[in-house]
Amino acid sequence: MEFEAVIGLEVHAQMLTDSKIFCGCSTKFGNEPNENTCMVCLGLPGALPVLNKKVVEYAMKVAIATDCKVAPLSIFARKNYFYPDLPKGYQISQYELPIAEHGRISIDLDGKKKVIGITRIHMEEDAGKLIHEGVGEDTDCSYVDLNRACVPLIEIVSEPDIRTPKEAALYLKKLRQILVYLEICDGNMEEGSLRCDANVSVRPVGQEKFGTRAELKNMNSFKFIEKALEYEIKRQIHTINNGEEIVQETRLFDTSKGVTISMRSKEEAHDYRYFPDPDLVPLLIDDAWYNEVKATICELPDDKIQRFVTQYKIPEYDAEVLSSTKQLADYYEETVKHTDDTKMASNWIMGDILRELKNDNIEIDACPVSPKMLAEMIKLIKDGTISSKIAKTVFEEMYRSKKMPDAIVREKGLVQVTDSGAIENMIDDVIAANPNQYEQYKAGKDRLFGFFVGQVMKLSKGKANPKLVNELLKKKLT
Amino acid sequence: MSLCNMAISELHELLRKKKISSLEITTQYLNRIKQTDDKINSFITVLEEDAVNHAIEADKIISKNDDFSALTGIPVGIKDLISTKDVRTTCGSKILHNYSPPYDATVIRKLKENNAVIVGKLNMDEFAMGSSTETSYFGATKNPWDTDRIPGGSSGGCASSVAARQCAASLGSDTGGSIRQPAACCGVVGFKPTYGRVSRFGLIAFASSLDQIGTFSIDTRDCAIMLNAVCGHDPADSTSAKLKVPDFTKALVNDVRGMRIGIPREYFIEGIDAEVLKAVNDSIELYRKLGATIVDIDLPHTKYAVAVYYIIATAEASSNLARYDGVKYGYRAKDANDLLDMYCKTRTQGFGAEVKRRIMLGTYVLSSGYYDAYYLRAQKVRTLITKDFRDAFEKCDVILTPTAPTAAFKIGEKTSDPLQMYLSDIFTISANLAGICGASIPCGFTSDGLPVGLQLLAKHFDESLIIQAAHTFEQNTDYHKKLPDLG
Amino acid sequence: MKITKEEVEYVAKLARMYLSKEEAKMFTGQLDKILDYINLLNELDVNDVQPTSQSVSKRNVLRKDTADNTFKKEESLKNAPSQDKGFFKVPKVIE
Repeated sequence: MEFEAVIGLEVHAQMLTDSKIFCGCSTKFGNEPNENTCMVCLGLPGALPVLNKKVVEYAMKVAIATDCKVAPLSIFARKNYFYPDLPKGYQISQYELPIAEHGRISIDLDGKKKVIGITRIHMEEDAGKLIHEGVGEDTDCSYVDLNRACVPLIEIVSEPDIRTPKEAALYLKKLRQILVYLEICDGNMEEGSLRCDANVSVRPVGQEKFGTRAELKNMNSFKFIEKALEYEIKRQIHTINNGEEIVQETRLFDTSKGVTISMRSKEEAHDYRYFPDPDLVPLLIDDAWYNEVKATICELPDDKIQRFVTQYKIPEYDAEVLSSTKQLADYYEETVKHTDDTKMASNWIMGDILRELKNDNIEIDACPVSPKMLAEMIKLIKDGTISSKIAKTVFEEMYRSKKMPDAIVREKGLVQVTDSGAIENMIDDVIAANPNQYEQYKAGKDRLFGFFVGQVMKLSKGKANPKLVNELLKKKLT
Repeated sequence: MSLCNMAISELHELLRKKKISSLEITTQYLNRIKQTDDKINSFITVLEEDAVNHAIEADKIISKNDDFSALTGIPVGIKDLISTKDVRTTCGSKILHNYSPPYDATVIRKLKENNAVIVGKLNMDEFAMGSSTETSYFGATKNPWDTDRIPGGSSGGCASSVAARQCAASLGSDTGGSIRQPAACCGVVGFKPTYGRVSRFGLIAFASSLDQIGTFSIDTRDCAIMLNAVCGHDPADSTSAKLKVPDFTKALVNDVRGMRIGIPREYFIEGIDAEVLKAVNDSIELYRKLGATIVDIDLPHTKYAVAVYYIIATAEASSNLARYDGVKYGYRAKDANDLLDMYCKTRTQGFGAEVKRRIMLGTYVLSSGYYDAYYLRAQKVRTLITKDFRDAFEKCDVILTPTAPTAAFKIGEKTSDPLQMYLSDIFTISANLAGICGASIPCGFTSDGLPVGLQLLAKHFDESLIIQAAHTFEQNTDYHKKLPDLG
Repeated sequence: MKITKEEVEYVAKLARMYLSKEEAKMFTGQLDKILDYINLLNELDVNDVQPTSQSVSKRNVLRKDTADNTFKKEESLKNAPSQDKGFFKVPKVIE
């Protein structure tokens, strides 16, 4: 029997606010343990939460960016359970009436668009951190740091529209790109600012009904998500083929072994006893507020790609690469403000610039070559001052020294030789120096033409205009 | 001259005329506590040293200033569920017996800004769950009028301390009647403001949507003075009302002519003690004589209030009390085998029976499969009860009822039957469900010499009307002037 | 509806409390009596009634996103039953 997987993702994204969702404590990462805490996020008796406006606006932005319907009225609820990283014994979250529902994200699947539905988006507070080893002498203990408690999260729940691990990774990458574009989450999976759980089931191809699902946790990179899903799908198919039943349970991905492990042992009945939090009042989002927030949303990747294709007449592939981050796209647009050759600009950015940045492991923001410098260099190519080949040298020098290209060309004497007389002289010298090859060419060995081009270019230290060299050589050699 | 028997307004006059000092007042009150508290157990913590220091501070302000606040240098007591910075705040529970908050509740900050002198933390039913102050980890509080009887609850210590003149006034909290019922039992004025009128920030929560801080005092004038100090918007409490607070002393007008006083027939039920009924009926007659218009009103869903209350209050409590887990503060059980065992032992040993019972009930009504049948249904009936009041206040300005069906009962009388205990809140609970304001004032005595309380209710943010009605009643009676004899 | 001893035990477990045999029996009896009383609400038809979870009509109480740590670290930890190196200490959590 052939099976297909049914996957839904629950993504938690940490919001880039200065303060926590329900109190004024700093969200700064890396402070001393429990330094960023107060009566509210420690859950001291009598402390009360007050909602951070920015979190609401960030959630609205994500909702708008994923085509969700923003709820005119939403409320907060308490999710009750005991855990040492949860200081109040409940998490303030949204349950009934979340801030947004019914959205979508489209992914590019080998050139075809696929739409993945978004079920809901809601706001909630993060839990603290438990450390099990390496803190104190006492090995029978775990250690609680509540700095992260009450840091704002939004949870984005997808529809079970995902069918393969690859689709899951593409969906997550796209979602991450949107969050990073909106500048509301840093998207760092390793550090936990972006976390992903998956609901996975399998069913025979053609069957409507979903199979029993497992919830996968602890997949803190794109690679692990694909691996965990691949393993889990195989495991479920194998289980069914063995005539066994799938158990609804939570499974943890063991990154070292590459397998998922049942957490059933700890699984007590989940009875979260959600109810509206009486300490917080309902959230009312009217058209005015909605529009105000909407107006602040930047152009999103899909729109940007389309615009780049039409406005700059570059291939969709180029537009996609250039739009991969907002900063790169901005860099490109800044560059083409100063030059008309949008395709050449794209080529340089996608090629040399991205390669150098990758080598140095830096982001486009830190690129030593400014858009203006790149555009200037392109200008020099276009007006024939330098050849494309010389341009490589100029670029390297520019990247290294941050000097303007014309200065480099001047200092190093890299101006292209376009004087036919000078080139003819060089050709003559080359012929004179290589009589054998000249004879052979004359005798019909056509492929030696390239040899002569190379020799002339070499003699000119690469500065001779290649087109002219070609033309003049052809004349001289015949 | 016993300063302890004086009202705040009188003490303030003497301070203003520099006839006495706050230190003298405070010393007298501290002595009074020493003399009487082993008989009634109002206090969990007496702040002798702090109080003396604050009194000296207050005297400095008084000496430099002619225009100081009405509470400057006045000794007040605080129910032990209002957070006081660096002063143990126990909630009457073992689980917080060693907890000392690193911050002040907003109302404490306000009292301090008014230079009041906090003399101590007052006894209460554990986590404010009770109507008799018998469930405190620190022992029961006794009624100063008859020490075999309960002082009411949960703010029993607040009521007994004011009645016994151990402090000039006190701050308590009212979730289902916890201010009004003990005020009635102890013959003092107890005022529960409108939900949202006083910040809950720093008030240890029992049921967040019902809890409200309020005052105990010897008369209505002192009540107005206390309310002036503690009411007002607080950005740290999302449910706090952003409304201007009137000067409540302006409502101290001896006049009820034309005031429409509503009498809900549902409150005059079987089971009301005959002497209580007589005192309340006499009060109605007095109001009529003083020119008020007495109107019959209906509050048809009254009989459901206790049921609604015990679902909503316990549900919220079960969640509010989840934080007492032995991790961050308070009691932690020794010898736990593992985390789960630590949680369970801590909570099993840390909470008393009544608290456990309510956590159980609240957990049950929220649990999977029962939410709609209990919690949601209760919320809907809450809507009906709220609407009853809205309709009633179309016909009247103030509602008058007995505060409790009986005067103070005997210690131990109802401890074995929780439901009977719950039913002693039957007249006070609805006001919390609707969020309206209410007060209990002394309106007579039983033949045993026990005080009887009269409850006055008004719509949201109409505290001034209650003060006016209460003040008028006081000006024409002298029940509030009688004090218990504690020897 | 009648609450069973098993339900009482389940609820105690959810609420992280141990019950002795006697307590379980006592609570079952008492809660049953209370729930029986509460079932009084079933005589009302509330299908068309909106629930009330708060008696305030406020909306949108929001604060500005400004960071300001109000506690010193000692204050955060001052009531901790067990602490070490700035952390709260709990019996080992097995994950």
